Amino acid sequence: MKDFGFSVIKQRTIDYDQFDGRLLNEVLEMEPSFKVCLSCGGCTATCSAADLVSFNVRRMNLLLRRGETVELETEIQKCMLCGKCMLVCPRGINLRNVIMLIKKSIHKYKPVNL
Amino acid sequence: MKHIVVIGGGIAGMETACALTDAGHWVTVIEKEEQVGGKLNKWSYLFPDFTPADKILDALLEKHSEKDFSILSQTEVLSVNRQNNKFNIETSGKQKLEADAVVVATGYELFDASRKEEYGYKIYDHVITSADLEKLLLPDGDLSVAAGQNPKRIAFVHCVGSRDEKSGNHYCSKVCCITGVKQAIELKKRLPEAEIYCFYMDLRMYGKNFEELYREAQEKYDIQFIRGRLSEASEKIDKSLLIKSEDTLSGRPLKMNVDLLVLLVGMEAGKGTAKAAAACSIGCEESGFLRTSDPFLMSNFSEQEGIFLAGSCTAPMSVNDTILHARSAAQEVNNWLKKNN
Repeated sequence: MKDFGFSVIKQRTIDYDQFDGRLLNEVLEMEPSFKVCLSCGGCTATCSAADLVSFNVRRMNLLLRRGETVELETEIQKCMLCGKCMLVCPRGINLRNVIMLIKKSIHKYKPVNL
Repeated sequence: MKHIVVIGGGIAGMETACALTDAGHWVTVIEKEEQVGGKLNKWSYLFPDFTPADKILDALLEKHSEKDFSILSQTEVLSVNRQNNKFNIETSGKQKLEADAVVVATGYELFDASRKEEYGYKIYDHVITSADLEKLLLPDGDLSVAAGQNPKRIAFVHCVGSRDEKSGNHYCSKVCCITGVKQAIELKKRLPEAEIYCFYMDLRMYGKNFEELYREAQEKYDIQFIRGRLSEASEKIDKSLLIKSEDTLSGRPLKMNVDLLVLLVGMEAGKGTAKAAAACSIGCEESGFLRTSDPFLMSNFSEQEGIFLAGSCTAPMSVNDTILHARSAAQEVNNWLKKNN
């Protein structure tokens, strides 16, 4: 077949029907304080890593809630577990525990057909 | 003639007293300060239309001065005891009063911003609260940060002491968002050269003409709004302040140097309300504000029969909402007295 140079573009819409909530549910069960994030960004503002590399700890919540497991796994390696974010958080979230829980379980829920 | 004791001589207490006098009752207001009018005495201009606060206060007090009710100033309530459908009230001035009904109108206190140490209030020279700024907004207020030098860049921090577990306050203080917008506009009018930024988490423009004022702040006064909560402020050697936040909408950390930092402090129930609650044996919410019987039809009723609530001792409230709540309290007291006669 003649190649016209066209290709099928992967949809960038968040397909919520495909959302796999198992990792999210596991994290929330073990660390319920994570439910109340209001996305203020205080954590990222004080983050030791965010000044230097493109790491945004606030986005961990979003990635987890949108099932972006692949990106989440790479991103989470950048955290140095210093815990400054927890000193700032107006909702008292134990973010260090959240990161540890994700690290512990993420391999179980990685999508297979990528 | 029925006697009603109103605890607190702020705008809620005074307005309730006024309406109850109109209804033909004998009213005594107990005020801990020398002067009545409460926190409104300390405010310069009111949102959303910049009405001078003293204009409202004078109008209220003039109306009150025409009425015949007594005010016990520099007096606090020590105890309230119910006996045979009467309330026996003992005051710090050793007076003993007998009342048929009691209205608690003890108001609020401002959040003490020095509790948020990371913002440097009372540590750094040019960190002030919205209440401090309000005094400086009067025509003779000095806004300079150094001799003859006005601030070139000013930042407002929303939600200081509100929506913050670290301050122990989970609730929203409701009026700070619009106060920030109002004060930012007033500053811009006084200092047209200055750049003004507001750091917010959400902007809650709940009232009539609030959203319009927010729009005007953007459209006419170039106030910049950045969505992110400040993590900390630090003072530089030239006394300017380095502030850190995340610009959450672009997803990157942000730092900025400002000459003046204004903390929009929230409301707390305060000691006066706690004391009144203890004296009257009425309950408080987790927030410290007084519990109403229900939030819809009984917002002026405490859990104790015959003890009524008015104004910001029940929740953070604006001046106009307080006046309305006070008037409805008076009506509820009046209805209750008629029913129980």
